[in-house]
Amino acid sequence: MAAATPTPTPAIVLIGHGMVGQRYLEALAERGATATHRITVLCEEPRPAYDRVHLTSYFSGSTPEDLSLTPAGFMERHGIELHLGDPAESVDRDARTVTSRSGRVFPYDVLVLATGSYPFVPPVPGKDAPGCFVYRTIEDLLAIEEYAKTLPQTSSGGTPSGAVVGGGLLGLEAAGALKGLGLATRVVEFAPRLMPVQVDDGGGAALLRTIESMGLTVHTGVGTQEVLTGADGSVSGMRLSDGSTVDTDLVVFSAGVRPRDHLARASGLTVGERGGIGVDSRCRTSDPRVYAIGECALAADGRVYGLVGPGYEMAETAAEDLLGRDKEFTGADLSTKLKLLGVDVASFGDAHGAAPGSLDVIYSDSRSGVYKKLVVSPDGVLLGGVLVGDAESYGLLRPLTGSVPPVSPDQLVLPAGLGAPVALGPSALPDSAVICSCHNVTKKAITACSTLPEVKQCTKAGTGCGSCVKMIGQLLPAAADKGLCGCFPFTRAELYEIVRTRRLTSYEQLLDGHGREAARGGDGCEVCKPTVGSIIASLAPTLGASGYVLDGEQAALQDTNDHFLANLQRNGSYSVVPRIPGGEITPDKLIVIGEVARDFGLYTKITGGQRIDLFGASVDQLPRIWARLVEAGFESGHAYGKALRTVKSCVGQTWCRYGVQDSVRMAIDLELRYRGLRAPHKLKSAVSGCARECAEAQSKDFGVIATANGWNLYVGGNGGATPRHADLLAQDLSDAELVRLIDRFLMFYIRTADRLERTSTWLDRLEGGLDHLRDVVVHDSLGLCAELESLMADHVAHYRDEWAETLQDPERLRRFVSFVNAPGAPDPTVKFVPERDQVKPDLTILDIRPLEAVGGTR
Amino acid sequence: MTVELHVSEGWLTVCELSDLTPGRGVAVLLPDGGQAAVFIDRSGRTYAIDNRDPFTGAAVLSRGLVGCAEGRPFVASPLLKQRFDLVSGRCLDDEAEAVRTYPVRTAVTSAAVA
Ligand code: SRM
Ligand SMILES: Cc1cc2nc3c(=O)[nH]c(=O)nc-3n(C[C@H](O)[C@H](O)[C@H](O)COP(=O)(O)OP(=O)(O)OC[C@H]3O[C@@H](n4cnc5c(N)ncnc54)[C@H](O)[C@@H]3O)c2cc1C
Ligand code: SF4
Ligand code: FES
Repeated sequence: MAAATPTPTPAIVLIGHGMVGQRYLEALAERGATATHRITVLCEEPRPAYDRVHLTSYFSGSTPEDLSLTPAGFMERHGIELHLGDPAESVDRDARTVTSRSGRVFPYDVLVLATGSYPFVPPVPGKDAPGCFVYRTIEDLLAIEEYAKTLPQTSSGGTPSGAVVGGGLLGLEAAGALKGLGLATRVVEFAPRLMPVQVDDGGGAALLRTIESMGLTVHTGVGTQEVLTGADGSVSGMRLSDGSTVDTDLVVFSAGVRPRDHLARASGLTVGERGGIGVDSRCRTSDPRVYAIGECALAADGRVYGLVGPGYEMAETAAEDLLGRDKEFTGADLSTKLKLLGVDVASFGDAHGAAPGSLDVIYSDSRSGVYKKLVVSPDGVLLGGVLVGDAESYGLLRPLTGSVPPVSPDQLVLPAGLGAPVALGPSALPDSAVICSCHNVTKKAITACSTLPEVKQCTKAGTGCGSCVKMIGQLLPAAADKGLCGCFPFTRAELYEIVRTRRLTSYEQLLDGHGREAARGGDGCEVCKPTVGSIIASLAPTLGASGYVLDGEQAALQDTNDHFLANLQRNGSYSVVPRIPGGEITPDKLIVIGEVARDFGLYTKITGGQRIDLFGASVDQLPRIWARLVEAGFESGHAYGKALRTVKSCVGQTWCRYGVQDSVRMAIDLELRYRGLRAPHKLKSAVSGCARECAEAQSKDFGVIATANGWNLYVGGNGGATPRHADLLAQDLSDAELVRLIDRFLMFYIRTADRLERTSTWLDRLEGGLDHLRDVVVHDSLGLCAELESLMADHVAHYRDEWAETLQDPERLRRFVSFVNAPGAPDPTVKFVPERDQVKPDLTILDIRPLEAVGGTR
Repeated sequence: MTVELHVSEGWLTVCELSDLTPGRGVAVLLPDGGQAAVFIDRSGRTYAIDNRDPFTGAAVLSRGLVGCAEGRPFVASPLLKQRFDLVSGRCLDDEAEAVRTYPVRTAVTSAAVA
């Protein structure tokens, strides 16, 4: 620090510890200014800064702690004094002091106002009645949740209802939250369409259709005139401007926000006509000792920014200015991308085509709720756009704004496959393109780094809303070639996404359309074929493809084990493993297995998976063996597949004196639910009836241990060469919760793991590890859970036993011959010798002797 | 259309072309008791090599997966996954090993009765 530090240490007082306030503190810390200044923070809320942007995720399971933005120990480490629940009440600019509600007086050399906004509540009668809420803080959410719980069923037996006043960005989030709380929800928007600020009429219409199809009621073009109350004084309904009334038990006002500029106003600072603390391009107010940043500020360009990205930039600007460095904030764009109630919505730049002479290019498909509009200038410069239903291209389009895109605009809005350019990637962007709008990071700054963690650390890009992370990945040098094999430049997880989103059901289509140039049109290889076969099988019910792994082209993709639905042994014979769910088997079924083994001369062994393996079958014998087994009620055990193997159990509560739950029943349920599920690698599970853990559940991909209150779920365990104890994912789950969580966990693994990566290695590799996994599958941080559950529901609904199906079809049975030119002739090289009362492979066959006169030879 | 294999006794009819699945193989029992593996790739070209995997001694190559590397077709043994060039029989993963190849053709001539 070259600047001479005056003694005594200058004091900074920060009023407001919201998102921008915290960013300001971090900016000071990064620049070493926390060491040279005494910093005091006055925080009105009872908790330190948290992620308001993801507030709604509280309703999908995030705890207030998950939302915290303040790293543990941050304040202590930087010597910052934080006063929770003690808001500033007045500022005396002459004395340079701030007085807080508790009566304490804080002198300052520099004052920073980061007081954010308050929700605007229209002055309608009844607006303060019990049952009226706003949607801004964690406390607001807690109050809404609490109140919703107390609502009785309606007299007609229906569910309680809620209404949101305001159909903008936040209103729709609030509506999603109310719906999530089980309320019949309606949205009342004064403008003629939803999200009037961000989208145009066409986008609003697409949004409306999708939102109505989710069961929400939407009123547009009507205002709220009065909140009606019942006998007890609490909310009972609303009167609308068209004269109609609607019943509702709860009202959330989300009709816009207003800057919190009261302190500034009272202390004589310049405030905008329509609110907002006036600042210059360095974020200084009319008093050079006082800064204002974030949503409370009226920026130099005359706007108040209600988004966190511009707020962060103001925080950086004010921090730089404090240190005498040059940085200006002159405005930002209002691009937004959100996932509202599961619908992608994005708008950027001049979304409404306000620029004179601007032209629109529109693609609209009301069947799928997709609406895309680009605004271009007459000379082809991209000015802005609106994307509803499919915002995939947002990451690319936003940075292209202000330039002439390298391909024509119609190609930019068409869905992939309908003329969308293959080659247009982030490499087409200029260096100055802003990739991360939350942190205002350019392509140039990102490409100076080489890995995502490095980018996050050096530029903070990707650490805000996260919508730019994918784009960042594309900009970084491919560390090494991460491609699956010589045929595909993609990882397994990427191939999964391609197959899923393009709904491809054919390997050749995938290879020819997405393979490496040199591999297209070719025969693929032994690595990618089974991998793609497995991906298609995992997604089959959802893609509408045949779930039978040996149908058509699928047959050519399978490893030999899957091809013959049995495990190849060292001498070319096969083993047969019928499923014995949970390891429970009746004496009659045991007898059938014994008889089959005896009649076909098979070696039998109890496996490490609590079932029985029958070894030494020739290809020709497989159908006959299985005919007997299927007849007796057995199914394929998938010992050959990268699929669910076994769910082991201990005897549990039914017999064991210590058992607290019925572990056998649960193991059977789980095994039957997930049987046949194709995965990147095999999946194993176990259920123990109490903490003594006789089923060794903690060494399984997903292990379940009974507790007095339900079940604990452990994931990522492994035996084998590199054993790993499973991690506890969630505790005391009910049966339904357990199953739901396993559904999500398995589908997330199937979606993102590499080829032949067990859950253990996958979990160790997963960025953010167990915490991230928990965020995704427990707290639904990616908004994926509904989809994961539905994929699993599809799997469960479409499961059919592969062996039973094979036996029904003579065509399929034709492959089970040793020789194509001599069906029925056994393979003379598959031989056995006696061993301990059974047989074992005769392995003296390393020289093949010419054999004469074998039946069926021509 | 039938698939024929050239062995010491001459051309041996093996199966109908339609018995072959693109990308996979079938095993053929030869008059001398030996075994060949016949494959067809996705463009319809057929290949034939010895069925015996020299690494394990098991007659299983016909059950491997067909692929191509640098434009050349191969089969990967289902047991320990070594790859064999379908045209030359050379092992792509171990120069010391190779399997014999057989000339193979498709013909309309012989008994085209299905
Ligand atoms: C039959 C069996 C041994 C036995 O006689 O008990 C067995 C046999 C084989 N195991 Fe296993 N494993 C068997 C239980 C286990 C267990 C114990 C268990 O499941 O509780 C483990 C440790 C648990 C685990 O997987 O985490 C086990 C860990 C492995 C591994 C190491 C996996 C790892 O992640 O490190 C392999 C190798 C692999 O998959 O790459 C393997 C691979 C194999 C293969 C498939 C090797 C191969 O490629 O040929 C063997 C095939 C046998 C066949 O053809 O049928 N087997 N194997 C067991 C069958 C269980 C079943 O009913 O399905
Ligand atoms: C549900 C929801 C979803 C959102 N989604 C997005 C989104 O997707 N993208 C996006 O860019 N933005 C989004 N926003 C907006 C974003 O949260 C704000 O832009 C951002 O929080 C502004 O930060 P701030 O620090 O200026 O204000 P705030 O985060 O509101 O912080 C201001 C803090 O100051 C405190 N305070 C006020 N007066 C005083 C006082 N006198 N003394 C002490 N403390 C005081 C307040 O209690 C508050 O804690 C969303 C907002 C909400 C509510
Ligand atoms: S240790 Fe297991 S996998 Fe290895 S040979 Fe023995 S049974 Fe097979
Ligand atoms: S754009 Fe939000 S984190 Fe980068």
